[in-house]
Amino acid sequence: MSSAWAVVVIVGACTIAFRAAGPVVLGGRALPPRLASAFELLAPSLLAALVVTQAVGSKDGIVLDTRLVGVAAGVVAILFRAPLIVVIVVAAAATALVRLV
Amino acid sequence: MVVPRPRTQAPPVVTTTGATEDPVSGRAARPSGSDHISSDPPGYRDGAKRLAILTPAAFSFGAAFGVLAGTEDFDPAAAIVMSATTFAGAAQFAAVTVLEDGGTVGAAVAAAVLLNLRYLAISIAIAPDFEGSRSRRFFESQMIVDESWAVSQVGHGRVDRKKLVGAGLVLFPFWIGGTMVGALAGDVVGDPARLGFDGALPALFLALLVLQLVDRRAKIAAVAGGAIALILIPITPPGVPVIAASAVCLWGLRKR
Repeated sequence: MSSAWAVVVIVGACTIAFRAAGPVVLGGRALPPRLASAFELLAPSLLAALVVTQAVGSKDGIVLDTRLVGVAAGVVAILFRAPLIVVIVVAAAATALVRLV
Repeated sequence: MVVPRPRTQAPPVVTTTGATEDPVSGRAARPSGSDHISSDPPGYRDGAKRLAILTPAAFSFGAAFGVLAGTEDFDPAAAIVMSATTFAGAAQFAAVTVLEDGGTVGAAVAAAVLLNLRYLAISIAIAPDFEGSRSRRFFESQMIVDESWAVSQVGHGRVDRKKLVGAGLVLFPFWIGGTMVGALAGDVVGDPARLGFDGALPALFLALLVLQLVDRRAKIAAVAGGAIALILIPITPPGVPVIAASAVCLWGLRKR
């Protein structure tokens, strides 16, 4: 087996298991209240981390580039309470435009 | 407690089948846990519609992955199988890049697994929202990706399962299709960065984050999560910052 296939099989199996772990093992059972209360913080903390890593992250550390223009345009759209679709289009368009010039 | 919703509704969106549908207008958010047996047929479609705008991005990033994987001795079939099973952009790019830089299988696997470890946390957190047979729960759980999880939030750490699955299902074929085109036909789509998609993703997550900031606790968690990620980006491998940010949940374990 080539190294490419080895990576595909191992990473695929791990990822499938990660995703399935909760729904398959725990199923529809409710989490203990304290754990459920703790997991309420997963969405805000993880989303904030995703914003930061997607906006300035790279494999070489923090990189400030035209992605930030897209984020800034997105912030303006968010402040105007634009629908999600508009936020995405505005951010993509701003990033692409600045990159053109 | 009612979850805040965006004031405006998305305009009509063309679905994958080409039919234009009305937006689901003003449907009240599901109060957490109160209608457990949700008979909500538009749920899946609603999720699909919310992420339909991202299908060009999914296709384009998929194609970029296919091109990257196709440039070296990474079998095109392996690239396509990886998109169908791993279905996670960052991890796939990381694994292929490590291999092509001469890294070992172990290093490539470690990079990708680290990046995908967040799905384990998400999977456990939203486990109560999945129902039906074991195989159904298994297949539906495979539609957990950052974007589908983020748009299906209903507050209190819970998700609308149907929205999540619908959202994942609309991205899945475009991700694989893009990979096929990129791996087999080469660079015909162009760089996703040229279309600004890399600037749109953080904006998307930010828009969804804003909806989560319902109380002081959530705001503190968001600031802490963002700060942890920012501090760790320069000093840890990719993947670690996001996983470490989820450790903010430990603070939520304390008695209130």
